[in-house]
Amino acid sequence: MEAKTLFDKIWDRHVVHSIEDGPDVLYIDRHYIHEVTSPQAFNGLKERGIPVFRPASTLATADHNIPTKDQHLQIRDLLSRNQVERLSENCAEYGIELYGLNHPDNGIVHVIGPELGFTQPGMTIVCGDSHTSTHGAFGTIAFGIGTSEVEMVLATQCILQPKPKKMKINVTGKLQKGVTSKDIIMYIISEISASGSTGYFVEYCGSAITSLSMEARMTICNMSIEMGARGGLIAPDETTFNYLRKLPLIPGIDDIESSVSQWKKLQSDTGAIFDRELEFDGGMIKPMITYGTNPGMGMAIDGSIPLSENRNSSEASSSYLKSLDYMDLKPGMKLLGHPIDYVFIGSCTNGRIEDFRAFAQIIRGRKKDDKVTALIVPGSKRVEEQMAAEGLTEIYKNAGFEVRQPGCSSCLAMNEDKIPPGKYAVSTSNRNFEGRQGPGARTLLASPLTAAAAAITGVISDPRQFISE
Amino acid sequence: MPKEKFDILESTCVPLPFDNVDTDQIIPARFLSATSREGFGDNLFRDWRYPKGGEKNSDFILNNTAYNGKVLVAGKNFGSGSSREHAVWAIYDYGFRAVISSFFADIFMNNALNNGLLPIVISEELLKKLQDLVVKRPDTKVKIDLDKQTFTIMSTGDSVRFNINSYKKECLLKGLDDIDFLLSLKNLITGYEAGKNLVK
Repeated sequence: MEAKTLFDKIWDRHVVHSIEDGPDVLYIDRHYIHEVTSPQAFNGLKERGIPVFRPASTLATADHNIPTKDQHLQIRDLLSRNQVERLSENCAEYGIELYGLNHPDNGIVHVIGPELGFTQPGMTIVCGDSHTSTHGAFGTIAFGIGTSEVEMVLATQCILQPKPKKMKINVTGKLQKGVTSKDIIMYIISEISASGSTGYFVEYCGSAITSLSMEARMTICNMSIEMGARGGLIAPDETTFNYLRKLPLIPGIDDIESSVSQWKKLQSDTGAIFDRELEFDGGMIKPMITYGTNPGMGMAIDGSIPLSENRNSSEASSSYLKSLDYMDLKPGMKLLGHPIDYVFIGSCTNGRIEDFRAFAQIIRGRKKDDKVTALIVPGSKRVEEQMAAEGLTEIYKNAGFEVRQPGCSSCLAMNEDKIPPGKYAVSTSNRNFEGRQGPGARTLLASPLTAAAAAITGVISDPRQFISE
Repeated sequence: MPKEKFDILESTCVPLPFDNVDTDQIIPARFLSATSREGFGDNLFRDWRYPKGGEKNSDFILNNTAYNGKVLVAGKNFGSGSSREHAVWAIYDYGFRAVISSFFADIFMNNALNNGLLPIVISEELLKKLQDLVVKRPDTKVKIDLDKQTFTIMSTGDSVRFNINSYKKECLLKGLDDIDFLLSLKNLITGYEAGKNLVK
């Protein structure tokens, strides 16, 4: 029998029909929806006069457009309010479970899906959001889709998808102190560029990956899209099974050990062939920071901004210079010591309890710099509660940080959590595009540790100096 | 539900000679609060057309009325970033029917094909030649023949074949709808589900 990759095993067993010289019709096990990319899809169903085919396989949340303060009050922005209400109406009409604003389990879609046990190994998972790749951490084929495809899945529980190529990324070695999974993925993207994996679905493996917790794995898979990958997965193992075992409830599963024995088979066979293989030494990775306007423009925290986007030349393209100009930074410049204005910790990339513990590790017993405005946004209501239960909220308060309520918040700044023009924000989110966090905002992507170090010093700082042995 | 058909397009072009244009530039997040598909054309490249929310930026090429047409000539890695299909709706609503580049991001390419916006991949060299030509001569016309899968620069005679999978080509040529196609497969889908449930 031919040696198969895990990706092929999952993909092939979900193909309902293969179109000759065309896409595959792929069955979708889980469909996550939110308020921004679903309204037009539901309009389409209405126009066709058809129901949602499998409401029980669909889970909805309001996360992108909601405020992160005073959530008990009516949403002030009319368009946002309308969108969130529209989602509620649609879910009620079509029988979809909604973890909406003020629901006890509300939160960012890619944070609550795993919390609720809705994401399980071996599944195909989609959502109208490119960071759906997050769920790949459980050994799933999870990817982002457009609104027309949301409509396809609502109507038929299937999607038309061309099968991508396969890339293996092996990260060996052991992470240094102060280096996190966020730094791993930022390092990889800086090495291969924001389009380095376009056309591929990635499998991450190697000791630096398998030693990671589930939350740390989610951070890695989350940013697969930032190097152009269709998605990224990590084969399930005891770490995965233990995470799932600890959940109070897993939909559709009565006997977890029976499921575990099936999930153990979800591995790439020895000798399975990938279209491309890359290897990185995890032990060499340092805390990372971005300096430009795409996630590939990143470097080590103590590095100097490259003279050009091309390693072999010092002649920068006009696009590269335009990017640095937007950031008001110069080639050759060091970033350590550069003043910053805002710090944001949250998002589907780093909005989970371990991220807030990491941030707390550095701020504990210290104070937020007076010049810094901090946005502390838990990824979900459960994370918010756990922060309080563990005494983290108290640590944040004592250090001068206010913990907000869950939502996507400043990651894409659809709500009022916008970074003002020209201000520098060290952000644990996933994109530093021009204007992403607000028109004219200057985003510097980083890990929760690096963000914490910046928050207490008011400048870009190396988090390693704040971590005791 | 039938959509607009695409077969032969002859048009002048609008150049956008920047690489790595992401969907946050094409349609900023603050415009995603709409609940219908209409009206996105007004906000296409909003922050580049009207920087700082103020006056029209006469330096930005889309604001230069010398350039018009249904074909957008973009740089490399066009449409990266967010999966927002709204980016495609904005481009289509503005009036474009085809985008030319040497490299498209995956999700954008899918979204474009699903909305009757034809993404055409040509070589980096030809793209550069075309961009330079269009910038200098706004009256440069191109011809796209979907059935023959050819892209031609009419003034120079440069003509290349572009790739598109047969299924999507068929849908675009005939104005066919993906969802009607999937709905026609209902029996196969329920059959698949039944088979899956037996193998626990």
